[in-house]
Amino acid sequence: MPEQAATLTSQQKTTSRRPAGTLYRGREGMWSWVLHRITGVAIFFFLLVHILDTALVRVSPEAYNAVISSYQTPIMGLGETALVGAIVFHAFNGLRIILIDFWNAKYQKAMFYVVIALWVVTMLAFVPRHLINVFSH
Amino acid sequence: MTSTIEAPRSPYSRAPRSRGVNWEKWGWIYMRVSGVVLVVLIFGHLFVNLMVGEGVSALNFAFVAGKLTTPFWMVWDVLMLWLALIHGGNGMRTLVNDYATQRLTRGILKSAILAAVVILIVLGTLVVFTFDPCPAGSPADLLPSFCPAS
Ligand code: HEM
Ligand code: HEM
Repeated sequence: MPEQAATLTSQQKTTSRRPAGTLYRGREGMWSWVLHRITGVAIFFFLLVHILDTALVRVSPEAYNAVISSYQTPIMGLGETALVGAIVFHAFNGLRIILIDFWNAKYQKAMFYVVIALWVVTMLAFVPRHLINVFSH
Repeated sequence: MTSTIEAPRSPYSRAPRSRGVNWEKWGWIYMRVSGVVLVVLIFGHLFVNLMVGEGVSALNFAFVAGKLTTPFWMVWDVLMLWLALIHGGNGMRTLVNDYATQRLTRGILKSAILAAVVILIVLGTLVVFTFDPCPAGSPADLLPSFCPAS
């Protein structure tokens, strides 16, 4: 309805573009939800495999070491970096969801940018150290 | 885009259960409580296994033997195992409810999730509590230093 939109005040325009009362459609609210879902599923499938590989300690030291040494290759090192990136996002955004539910939904957008900032800081602390561990051995 | 989407907070189309335990509510609470605990458990797990010392390059049987003979880490790992699998499994159930439209598909997928969660919880718990750091007949250089020389 473009001809109607011209007569709206600027405040009505913003509210007409975004449905009221939802955090989940469009912009920060939606993207945080999409990322939370994708990271949650990825971590779940990793965990299934991870418990199986850890169970090899009950088979033999040789079997466990053979599999864990594949975690120490450069390619897997990059995969671990992605996994930690996913976990850190899911964890911080999960805390954001909890704060939205129990504290105040008004700050959901600001909190999304806090999540991103904390993610960047955590990854800056983690990635260089991890890559040095992977690539210097 | 001309399609209309229902108002987001419109009443639930099916009446909520009026008697008995509200399992969806407890699931919702569980996701949040377990999430807070998991932040500590998983960040601690990743810090000790990836950041301390030589990180991932230092992991091997002897490293795990050191942890899984320490009650502190045994409790840590078992808690993490149970909380993460149930949290992840319940989260996956939400996705199946959202995306699987056929009743039968939903049933199959949810049964598969439940089976995976139960089997891995049993397996992981057994691994932690039946762990043998010095299996007989293994080469001594793969074993932790506290194993008696054989
Ligand atoms: C690349 C990252 C990771 C590495 C290198 C790693 C390494 C390990 C190692 C060496 C163990 C043996 C026991 C111990 O150290 O406590 C273990 C166990 C375990 N890890 Fe991880 N881990 C990683 C990520 C994760 C993540 C993201 C989760 C949670 C979602 C997780 C959950 C577990 C659990 C539940 C156990 C215990 C398994 C059992 O009871 O048999 N790990 N991990
Ligand atoms: C690190 C700590 C974690 C925190 C703080 C956290 C927090 C949360 C929260 C608050 C939710 C939302 C539930 C809802 O909307 O009702 C959620 C969903 C989910 N989580 Fe986690 N979680 C964590 C770890 C994990 C792990 C280890 C896994 C996988 C094993 C996982 C998999 C999922 C999945 C699959 C969902 C469903 C996503 C959706 O419904 O869109 N989370 N998490």
